[in-house]
Amino acid sequence: MSRTAVIVFAGVVALFVVSWMVKAMVLADVSETNIVDAFMVTVAAFLTLAIYSFLYKDNPYYKFAEHLFVGVSAAFWMVQGFWTTIVGNLLPRLSEGLATWFQQPYQGGGYDLGVFVFPYSIMYWIPVILGSLLLMRLSPQGGWLSRWPLALIVGTTAGLNFVRYLRSDFIVQVAATFVPLFGRDPHPWQGFGHFFSNLDLSASGQFVALLSNWVIFIGVFCGLIYFFFSKEHTGAFGKASRVGIWILMITFGASFGYTVMGRISLLVGRLTFLFRDWLGLIS
Amino acid sequence: MRFLFGLTVILALLLGASVSAQTEPPVTDSVADSVEVPAIPPPAPVTDLKALDTDDDHGHSVTLTWTKSVDAQTGQNTVNGHQIFRWYPAMMDSLAGVDSLKNMRQDIQRAQSANSVFRRALGVAEDALEDLTSGGRGFDALRFTVATPQDDSTFVLDRAFVEQALRDTVATMTTHLPLLPDSIKGLQASFEAAIERLTEAHQAYPEGGSWNLVGLAAKGDTSFVNSGNKDPMSGDFIKDFTDLYYRVDVVTIDETIRTESAIVGPVQSEGQWFNGGRFPVFWAVIIFGFLTMYFVSRARKGDDLYVRPLAGIEAVDDAIGRATEMGRPILYVLGLGTAADVATIASFTVLGRVAKQVAEYQTELIVPTYDPIVMSVAQEVVKSSYLDAGRPDDYKENTVFFVTNLQFAYVAAVNGIMLRELPATNIYMGKFFAESLLLAETGALAGSIQIAGTDEIAQIPFFIVACDYTLIGEELYAASAYLGREPILLGSLKAQDWAKAAVIVLGIVGLVAANLEWGFAKTFLEYFHVTN
Repeated sequence: MSRTAVIVFAGVVALFVVSWMVKAMVLADVSETNIVDAFMVTVAAFLTLAIYSFLYKDNPYYKFAEHLFVGVSAAFWMVQGFWTTIVGNLLPRLSEGLATWFQQPYQGGGYDLGVFVFPYSIMYWIPVILGSLLLMRLSPQGGWLSRWPLALIVGTTAGLNFVRYLRSDFIVQVAATFVPLFGRDPHPWQGFGHFFSNLDLSASGQFVALLSNWVIFIGVFCGLIYFFFSKEHTGAFGKASRVGIWILMITFGASFGYTVMGRISLLVGRLTFLFRDWLGLIS
Repeated sequence: MRFLFGLTVILALLLGASVSAQTEPPVTDSVADSVEVPAIPPPAPVTDLKALDTDDDHGHSVTLTWTKSVDAQTGQNTVNGHQIFRWYPAMMDSLAGVDSLKNMRQDIQRAQSANSVFRRALGVAEDALEDLTSGGRGFDALRFTVATPQDDSTFVLDRAFVEQALRDTVATMTTHLPLLPDSIKGLQASFEAAIERLTEAHQAYPEGGSWNLVGLAAKGDTSFVNSGNKDPMSGDFIKDFTDLYYRVDVVTIDETIRTESAIVGPVQSEGQWFNGGRFPVFWAVIIFGFLTMYFVSRARKGDDLYVRPLAGIEAVDDAIGRATEMGRPILYVLGLGTAADVATIASFTVLGRVAKQVAEYQTELIVPTYDPIVMSVAQEVVKSSYLDAGRPDDYKENTVFFVTNLQFAYVAAVNGIMLRELPATNIYMGKFFAESLLLAETGALAGSIQIAGTDEIAQIPFFIVACDYTLIGEELYAASAYLGREPILLGSLKAQDWAKAAVIVLGIVGLVAANLEWGFAKTFLEYFHVTN
């Protein structure tokens, strides 16, 4: 470690201590646990700044925050998974002894919160066996057994999703394109005279509604043509595909702007923490 | 180092400003002037209200039809909408049935949480007592100070008091904690009994009970489907074969001015053998399944099924070559999806192809994963690819590794890898969420060639702006077929194209039908209406 790095580290530690002390004094009037509270706020603030320091370049403070974040989160999910899934959900359905050991209510079959479940908890041994097979990866001889639960997970959920996607991405989308193009409910097409006499230019009027419907119509069909992979995009097909990609790009542009605004609100949230909760510069 | 100095100085300045910061009392808002609303005459009620079990469904649903109020869109035109009410029986003392069930559900959930919390608290108390009695930790470390409510002075608890308090706590909890599971079982039994009694309780109409709002309908509507849930734990449970009573209120813009309809009932919901609302999905599955099998069979027979080239996939080979020439690794990110997500499955195929080439060129591959199952599958895929390339010995177990299951912690780790390992190529294929731009932007900063593909519409724009090549939505699925050239994938891709052609044809027919109001139009349009 270079001398400069040591000086900077010492400076950061000094600032941390000063911040902690100042914050503890500020919180003394409002909290009995002011020292602990001040420590937590200061740690959160310094970790936030350590993560933000990545905007300049990779540095030891970022590395520290990164490794802390990754380690804590991995350990947290491990513990959470054990206590909620295995102890909270599985064991009380498998064994009364284990349920009592972990002081959980035994749920050994019959009715569970009004929903009939298979008696004697036989069904719950299936995930136990599949889960154990997954762990066979650790064994050099039995590693191939771990492929069975993986195949079951991927195959089952892909099959379930097949029906769901057909419904939401196919049938419902087809139905959504059945839009009036020449007259808005309750005034469908009744001739040119009727059409122009009802052509309201206000934002909620007929003109804007019809314009929107035309965009849906052209956008859906040209967009679908862009996603045709079995045919070369040349000639009229290519031109329709070109319109499709233009519509996609305009949509992505709008989506980009919208999402960026959402991200800025996250930044504002973090800055609010730094300037209000930590520094107290804003009320 | 200059940056770190600057950061330290800024920190110091901010802390200084913080110490001297003053806060201003909040400015109170002025009271808004009250506005008088002119009186609205009560509208005429809906008439001919009928309630019938919904046809061809899975049960738990009742359809209401009525004739519009004469004041809806005509007459005084004061109707703003409809509110649909259902009668709920009183099942426990003065509580309405729905409220009692909700309360019981909450009680069960609270008891389960309390059981969990108490169990952990008992462990803490036992540890503290053990520390205190065995001298494992000094009393000072366990000492409590309590602020008295009368003044600011504190009362320091002595050792004997703390020890006795801990003993009492442990004794009380040890006695009562084993009883909690039985209490929970008792609550569950009460809940199940209440569900069993629902049918009987509904027969007591109109004694006791109350009317509860179950839905809204627009002022032009003449029907409403009260579709409930089959799960008793859900808030909108409707029990089949139970007498139900309804009424429809027409409400004005001032919801206190309303007119009730005549009460309709009893009506019972029941499920039929076939849920007709799912027939469109059934036919779609049959047709799509047939198309897939047909094209898979053609591909297996050796028919040349054309797939147009995709720039993003063509670039993969170049990117791997670049990494090999530069002697730098390739980073492959599978996203945050589970192993069952379609995008992740497609990504596995691309990963297999990349891994095979990496094995042939003896380039390094880094695959950090977010999900343990995805990690397992990815390890299998990469291992097989090394085997296919004839270099099983070059495969390293740590090529594919688990990072963490928390989104931004995962991002922080992958970003760190990008800047430390400086991969020549970053490939992002799979399901991505808010982390897409963070990853792609860091990769661009590191000077890597970047190829991305996802079916998450909201994230595609970020990849487009920050990556060199992007596979948009379904192109990712096509990429796996294009690279793999396996009959099953190619056949499925062809079937998808035919499905798209069907969408276009059906869409045009539907559009024409909707616009020209042909005789068959209504039936045709209704056929695309899927229900639960």
